[in-house]
Amino acid sequence: MTRLLEIRDVSKGFPGVQALQGVTLELSRGEVLALVGENGAGKSTLMKILSGIYTRDSGTITVDGQEVEIAGPREAQQLGISIIHQEMNLLPHLTVGQNIFIGREPRLGPFVQERALRRRTQALLDELGIGLSATAMVGDLTVAQQQMVEIAKALSFESTKILIMDEPTSAISLSETKVLFRLIRSLRERGVGIVYISHRMEELRQIADRVSVLRDGQYIGTRDISDVTDAEIIAMMVGRELSQRHDDRPRPRRAAEDVVLSVRGLSTRTLLREVSFDLHRGEILGFAGLMGAGRTETARAVIGADPMTDGTVTVHGKQVRITGPDVAVRHGIGYLPEDRKRHGLMLEQDVVFNLTMSALRSFRGPAGFLRGRKASEVTDSYIESLRIKTPSGRARVKNLSGGNQQKVVIAKWLARDCDVLIFDEPTRGIDVGAKEEIYRLLADLAEQGKAIIVISSELPEVLRLSHRIVVMSQGRVTGVLDNEGLDQEAVMELATKNIDEGAAA
Amino acid sequence: MTDTTTTDAAATSTAPTAAGPGWRQSLGQRLQQALAFGTLIALVAFFSVASPNFFTISNLSSILLATAVIGILAVGTTFVIITGGIDLSIGTGMTLCSVVTGLLLTNMGMPLVVGVLGGIAFGALLGFVNGFNVTVLGLPPFIATLAMMMMAQGLALVLSGVRPIYLSGVPGFQQIALGQLVPRIPNAVLILFGLALLLGIILTKTVLGRMTYAIGSNAEATRLSGINTRRWLLGVYALAGACTGLAGVVMASRLSSAQPQLGMGYELQAIAAVIIGGTSLMGGRGSILGTLIGALIMSVLINGLRIMAVQSEWQTVVTGIVVLVAVFADNLRKRRAEGGGPV
Repeated sequence: MTRLLEIRDVSKGFPGVQALQGVTLELSRGEVLALVGENGAGKSTLMKILSGIYTRDSGTITVDGQEVEIAGPREAQQLGISIIHQEMNLLPHLTVGQNIFIGREPRLGPFVQERALRRRTQALLDELGIGLSATAMVGDLTVAQQQMVEIAKALSFESTKILIMDEPTSAISLSETKVLFRLIRSLRERGVGIVYISHRMEELRQIADRVSVLRDGQYIGTRDISDVTDAEIIAMMVGRELSQRHDDRPRPRRAAEDVVLSVRGLSTRTLLREVSFDLHRGEILGFAGLMGAGRTETARAVIGADPMTDGTVTVHGKQVRITGPDVAVRHGIGYLPEDRKRHGLMLEQDVVFNLTMSALRSFRGPAGFLRGRKASEVTDSYIESLRIKTPSGRARVKNLSGGNQQKVVIAKWLARDCDVLIFDEPTRGIDVGAKEEIYRLLADLAEQGKAIIVISSELPEVLRLSHRIVVMSQGRVTGVLDNEGLDQEAVMELATKNIDEGAAA
Repeated sequence: MTDTTTTDAAATSTAPTAAGPGWRQSLGQRLQQALAFGTLIALVAFFSVASPNFFTISNLSSILLATAVIGILAVGTTFVIITGGIDLSIGTGMTLCSVVTGLLLTNMGMPLVVGVLGGIAFGALLGFVNGFNVTVLGLPPFIATLAMMMMAQGLALVLSGVRPIYLSGVPGFQQIALGQLVPRIPNAVLILFGLALLLGIILTKTVLGRMTYAIGSNAEATRLSGINTRRWLLGVYALAGACTGLAGVVMASRLSSAQPQLGMGYELQAIAAVIIGGTSLMGGRGSILGTLIGALIMSVLINGLRIMAVQSEWQTVVTGIVVLVAVFADNLRKRRAEGGGPV
């Protein structure tokens, strides 16, 4: 019997990078194939080839035994391939039904037949067992509910027989994940083939039949999920055995040191309620929680990037009013944003420009003139001490790799010599080797007496780095834990704690 | 991953490293300036061959004089455009400032210095109000300055009583623009070049200049770096406003009168000069030298076409085409430089 989907020896190169090299994948009807690999392993490129956004350089793709060319998203859809992207493509100001049938609305002449649209949508939702109303505004839905809408949209095409899901659970809670898995199982029974991209081993065990591994654009292998241990999968992903991870954790801190930053009862208009925590000198305080739990919002409110409606911030024992990031910096608090490219860097400018941005005051000579030589010297010293890989301080930041860009942002704040550094997703989009380097850097900084907050969506990262962990859920702090003998489950339980009733789908 | 870094970086590092303070202009910006300068030379050469009356000292001097007012507006507004903003009020604002100077000097009988500084200060005030509307009230620069453009025009008419204010009776006033400290070169031209030099230094060597580029490159990243972006933006708009005031004084001096009906449309010519000079409307990129060249290209073109007896209506059409070609050439160059990597 022919396979539903066969990818043979597919390669794709971009100027300077070989994103995929001879990758092979097979998917049968009614199968869930897990696709795993680190960032940059080539998963996204492969998915973009399947959805017709990129064209492959070589290799063949067959659907139901027919060799196919996928020229664009429309062709992919006609071949029965639907993709649910990590970042969702829904229009928040339209209803569920309008989103699902966008561009395919039932029409009478030039008029959209809203009633027919609603009826068809509701029938579809009911059939899939998704408890949503066809007329709900998508912008009002939770991330998980929006994900359901995406799935319903994918399946609203009669032709869909291959469904690709890119980290569908990265933003949703445990109970919502269960609903999602139930849906996936029923799709499997109907013969739909599903490619499921995820990093979460325990999920793969629950839902996948087989697992395929990519590494550095190369196909490493495929195993039946029941024949392989987590450690073996990870070894395939990273290309080596990982040593016992827990040993990397920071040692418990010495006797309690002075509180540098103390936040009490912090609330904002939309999300945060009564957030309180203390940050000590020499401490790394992790912030864990699901997407939308309020971690980034907490950081932004503390530095005054967004207004707080209630609460106090105390720095070095003195209560302060922080009305903006410039005031925060004056009190020695620096924030390294989650979205480096949009909020942390001036990509078109060079390394010197970016690195001296926060501490520009110290490079100011008489009459507001900039002391260029000093700026270059300081930059060169950070390039050396942080081992930033760049041809010179004059290279545009745009041309640096993600890890090195992050180091530039870190150097920018080190140059300003803040006491408190808030790292929001410090290793997002950074490859494994550079990650380890950033971890060491953070540990060193704490060792030197800086007080550090690390916000991360990756639990292992929080556990690896933090002395203590603040767990948030739905805008509140649900626990502050000492990171000794702590496991992911304990944190997850607090992170998924449901404070308002009935928020899940 | 490292591959892309090294290849791109290699391209960047081939540019010579300037030793001086501040930071070196990017290679691309230099190319754009070279392109603009080449165009200017080509135009001058073309008109010199086409007409014997073009390359004469008196004609070149009149080209420079014609560049002065637009040039002063353009170098000032270059700052605003580099921050990613736009200032539509500089044309009528200039007129309002010349009316204010006129009133100070005639109706109020103030000394020359007060009249001149008053005009410049009033321009700075207009700019400050623009800056306030943009930063504190959060209006888009286009809207804030469009409103200011209309208010300034109306105020100029109201204050002057819709009549020109003649200034030929004010001793020394005419000398500001038309006197010749350097033989055969009107002072207005010296003012333009002096101002351009000053602003060029501010833009490349001072904190204000750095903030101008930073805000235009990424305003939110600048703010999150702990910088009070509002304050710097206010400064930028006020600086551009002061240039507007200076342009008003020079204009009034050149015409020996404040003409309240004039001014509309000057802002677009100034913005066109900035764009031809390679400053990006998206912000973060641009130079004073480029703007100066851009302003010269426009006046050479208009003067040359006039000497070749092309109708003035057609001169405007050609100017429009030059703007299109300049921006298109710049985009083309950028696309080449950046290549077609994954997005």
